[in-house]
Amino acid sequence: MTKEFAVPFHWRRFRERYQLIGSKCDHCKKTFYPIRVICPYCRRSGHMKDMKFSGKGKVFSYTIIRAAPEGFKEYMPYIIAIVELEEGAKLLSQVVDCVHKDIKIGMKVKSCFRKIRSENDTGIVLYGFKFKPT
Amino acid sequence: MNMNNMKPIRGVAVIGTGLTKFGEHWNMGLKELAVEAGIKAVEDAGITGQELQLLVGGNMSGGLFAGQEHGAGLLADYLGLNPIPAIRTEGACSSGSLAVRVGYLAVASGMYDFVAVGGVEKMTDVYGPQATTALSGAMDYETEAYFGVTFPGIYALIAKRHMHDFGTTRRQLSMVAVKNHSNAQHNPYAQFRNKITVDDVEKSALVADPLRLLDCSPLTDGAATVILAPADIARKYTDTPIYIKASAQASDTLSLFSRRSITTLDATVHAVRDAYRQARITPKNVDFAEVHDCFTIAEICAYEDLGFAQKGKGGKMIENGEVELGGRIPVNTSGGLKAKGHPVGATGVAQIAELVAQLRGEAGKRQVKNAHTGMAHNVGGSGATVSVHILSNKK
Repeated sequence: MTKEFAVPFHWRRFRERYQLIGSKCDHCKKTFYPIRVICPYCRRSGHMKDMKFSGKGKVFSYTIIRAAPEGFKEYMPYIIAIVELEEGAKLLSQVVDCVHKDIKIGMKVKSCFRKIRSENDTGIVLYGFKFKPT
Repeated sequence: MNMNNMKPIRGVAVIGTGLTKFGEHWNMGLKELAVEAGIKAVEDAGITGQELQLLVGGNMSGGLFAGQEHGAGLLADYLGLNPIPAIRTEGACSSGSLAVRVGYLAVASGMYDFVAVGGVEKMTDVYGPQATTALSGAMDYETEAYFGVTFPGIYALIAKRHMHDFGTTRRQLSMVAVKNHSNAQHNPYAQFRNKITVDDVEKSALVADPLRLLDCSPLTDGAATVILAPADIARKYTDTPIYIKASAQASDTLSLFSRRSITTLDATVHAVRDAYRQARITPKNVDFAEVHDCFTIAEICAYEDLGFAQKGKGGKMIENGEVELGGRIPVNTSGGLKAKGHPVGATGVAQIAELVAQLRGEAGKRQVKNAHTGMAHNVGGSGATVSVHILSNKK
């Protein structure tokens, strides 16, 4: 009973997941991931523009998942982190190419393009960013 | 948020409560659970059921757990309450307290006199990974669950940062689970009535570092119902009406990473501020509380965000015994989500039932002495939806 969806469900997120595009408010200059239409701080006073993030950041918090949801069993155990991007926004992703005992808060990381998982029934392979130590 | 005009036009009382035993019910489905709690509440309220004018039912995901959406309609049907209106509320693990709030607003506004508020979840008819997937819908699905994080994982991120920023210890987390299991021994409705030790918690399997199996609330079947009525006529039906002095709620981002802070639930801070304003009290006046301990770290954050402890000092509060039965402010006398069990849609209603039991003086061996004011704190997801209720046995 994994949640499996039609292709457009994933396709419409390609810019966010493949190119790491979020938003920046032209009023307060804050950056956001994922894309938002309305700035939660300035609301109608601000206008949101596309923001392409560099992919550089540091680990803000982390955990190691040892009981995975459907579709992620083969990757267990794996590191999940909140990454603070150098432009200010934060996001959640996996940290790969990292020995588990080395992961720590403040570690510098950079985004990379990886497979996230594949779906059983539809055969769709899902991709997106993960992060690795620099 | 401008709250100047937010005043009820009349007081609201709880006149009856009903609970199923929490646990794994192989012989009961969604409707049997909800009906059992409903009948018990009607009997406890001393009404016939004919008086009821509105049914509000909290249910997070009947669809993914039991193949059944449209839970409020189902409940009205099998409780024999048709044709009164039935509304389902959904706010993930806070679905139950949202039902309480909708019921409260319905009576406080003068629109309805007698309202049945139910909450139910049937979680054990699916296998573990499917349950994990169902619960993951409470996150920001496309930016959190997509990358393989689980709910224990989300709270582990909070725990790791709380430990980093404030020096909260592994032992302090364990002590929350130990306390809640100890309280549950005295609650006949609780799922786990066994005592555990710090050692048991720290030797249980790692689920998402630093959280272990015994840091996590379980999958539970269960239902709870409360009957609400106008405060002015409540004494016609019961000698011990319990008054709702505050019903507050706030929202935050679904994704944890988008928050101002990941160690403070801002929605809790906003909701409780409004609740204290409505009840005209401060944290010092709260005699006991049921807080949302879906994971041990969540209870420590709750002490801080509800104003019982300063930010970062929550861990100390469990260490010095203030929150134990007999302490300054006992927390989760029912056993909490950890040991009483966490049927997600029922939890927020069951918390109210525990407050009522304490405020009536009917809590047996877990009774809080001189309990006059109790608080219930219910969280949806990782803090996107939070509601806080304050109840009192004084009008």
